[in-house]
Amino acid sequence: MFKSQILKLVAICGLCIGILSGCAPKKEAGKPSITAWHWMTDREPAFQELAKRYEAETGVKINFELYAPSDAYSQKVRAAAQGVNLPDIFGILSEKRDFSSFIKAGHILELTSYMDEADGQWRSKFFAKALAVNEFSEGNTYAIKPGVYGVPLDIMTIQMVYNKDLLKQMGFNPNRPPNTFAEFIEVGRKIKEAGLQGLVSGWGEVWMIDCLANNYAFNIMGKDKVLATIKGEIPYTDPGWVRVLTLFKEMQDSGVLANGLVTMINKNAEQLFANGRAVFAFNGSWCVNVYKGMNPNLNYAAMLPPAASEKYPMSIWGGAGSSFMVNARSKNKEEAVEFLKWLTDKNQQAYLAEATANLPANKESLSKIPEILSQFADDMESTTHPNVWGISEFPAVIEAFDKGIQSIIIGEKTPEQIAAEVQKIKQRELAKKR
Amino acid sequence: MKIKSTLENYLFVLPAVVIFVIFYVIPFIWVFQLGLYEWDGILPTKTFVGLSNFKEILFEDKIWWQSMWQAGYITLIALTLQNMLAFLLAWACDREIRMKNFYRVIFFIPPVLSEVVVGLVWQWILDGNYGLLNNWLAHFGLQNMARNWLSDPKTALTTVAVVHCWKGFGWGFLIFLAGLQTIPRELYEAARMDGANAWHSFRKVTIPLMVPVTVMVSILTVLGTMQAFVLIIAMTGGGPAYHTQVPVLRILGSMRGSSRFGYACAQGITFGLILIIISFIQYRFSHKARQA
Repeated sequence: MFKSQILKLVAICGLCIGILSGCAPKKEAGKPSITAWHWMTDREPAFQELAKRYEAETGVKINFELYAPSDAYSQKVRAAAQGVNLPDIFGILSEKRDFSSFIKAGHILELTSYMDEADGQWRSKFFAKALAVNEFSEGNTYAIKPGVYGVPLDIMTIQMVYNKDLLKQMGFNPNRPPNTFAEFIEVGRKIKEAGLQGLVSGWGEVWMIDCLANNYAFNIMGKDKVLATIKGEIPYTDPGWVRVLTLFKEMQDSGVLANGLVTMINKNAEQLFANGRAVFAFNGSWCVNVYKGMNPNLNYAAMLPPAASEKYPMSIWGGAGSSFMVNARSKNKEEAVEFLKWLTDKNQQAYLAEATANLPANKESLSKIPEILSQFADDMESTTHPNVWGISEFPAVIEAFDKGIQSIIIGEKTPEQIAAEVQKIKQRELAKKR
Repeated sequence: MKIKSTLENYLFVLPAVVIFVIFYVIPFIWVFQLGLYEWDGILPTKTFVGLSNFKEILFEDKIWWQSMWQAGYITLIALTLQNMLAFLLAWACDREIRMKNFYRVIFFIPPVLSEVVVGLVWQWILDGNYGLLNNWLAHFGLQNMARNWLSDPKTALTTVAVVHCWKGFGWGFLIFLAGLQTIPRELYEAARMDGANAWHSFRKVTIPLMVPVTVMVSILTVLGTMQAFVLIIAMTGGGPAYHTQVPVLRILGSMRGSSRFGYACAQGITFGLILIIISFIQYRFSHKARQA
């Protein structure tokens, strides 16, 4: 009796194992399969199409796995890094500091040798600024061996766009948007009088405030002084920084900022602008695709943020929009690199640009982009990005600075108060680091 | 025989104990242990910092305490407004009124809706420029009251609290209703025969018998509201400035924004302990009240 029960149990277990092993995917001998994780919902169909084409060409299967939204994706990548089970190809959506941690932990393959082989053929295809975001230069403060650690898929710039029709409606030349900060403030007064909404942006997600503030910091103080502040050599109470903070107060007072901007998420800002309810938007070049989807007839153009000083040029954030990294522990890393070389080749990049209305990272593929997108591409020369500075500000300081700007906009604190508060946090963080 | 029976009893509770230890006790110890380190969540190495993360939370992190007070404010509104509303509606539905089953369903709709959806819908209603609420106010000649409900620091927190109450009162309603239905009808009959009117019955029969249920609802409200964050992220993202920040948002910010996993774990432990203390105090008070 007991024996027969054991036999039954063994038979059931055997059946279960058989069923489960039958469910496992079959692997074709000799043909590796590459897994790539990404977060780009809008690019998923294009990626799937490219994966099909690549398999047809080479026999290598590419499994693009989408994990959205980007917050959830970031958590997944971190968790996979902790469990050392990252896929063959993945992207990192964090600051350079986190990027360096992934490299130090041995998760990312250095690509310099691949970029430089055959007289730097692969490297030469990219915009230098796109590659720079994934590069660690000599003497970087993260203690990473200099080199390239990621492959840019597309490029982006974050700047302003304006509604031509609304500008015309207010009596301005629609082909000449405000060029200086004084002109911008003047338009703001007209916007207030006309009862329209001025500048919309995702300032509820504070990094976009940081972006504009940094643009003006570069414009007023120049790159060296901004970086000196990050290094702790110049305090945030410096008149240059107080001036940057004051610009936000002036924008608020003039009426150029839309109501409720401080808690506005970018999706809402995009809806307001696309529906012709706001005159200006501060957004990335990805907005072209978004606006096209929301309102194909929107009459708008891109512009640099109006300069507040003539001393230094206006710099905007830009460079690589999204990048892929290769898992250094993957047994298919060579195949993964080969696939990324193919993905960033002229034809594939042109297809991606056309299908997703993003700026390609490959210089040779720019010819096929729409006119509005080329306006963003034209300003590529004015770009900078925290990821290419070689040094990062403390997150607590960035948070205090950005939230401080929100406080200025809602009239709760003065620029001087915020500058003093930020400097206090900076000193605390510096002391902790020491 | 007695030993065998005792062992059998232990055997029966063993699965529950094992699950509790694996999913609650071990993670708690692990999180506490991580709270003693400075770690970015990526590097395999962690730097031991002792209790300095806890020290920073307790004595230096003003925003953390601001977020605690703000969560406390939302909880206070939930304890009073939300639970009072839930109790009154449950009491009304417990009586012989028409369409009471319909009301029961209606009142339980908000809690089953996704918090993100509720947050976005309310954000749209409360929008300062094109929101429905401001439109209605203008329609009724109250345009002076129209404002940016979620961007104005004077109204943002209270607005979030009210929406939270709207979203959450259905749970309290359901538990109160279940509690009211357990009160024997004979007690009301007896009270009526003794000359008690509706108010007396409510005060002398309903309220005393509902004390245990009220205690449970209060504890659940405190725990649920103090940990609220999805609705807040969807409505304000914790802004303007720090005006709608709550502890869970701060913990999330430490993990995702600052990559300070160790500090986030220390915040989580501190927050958990505060909630345990609050619940314990609440329980002791209600226990005394019941005895009195």
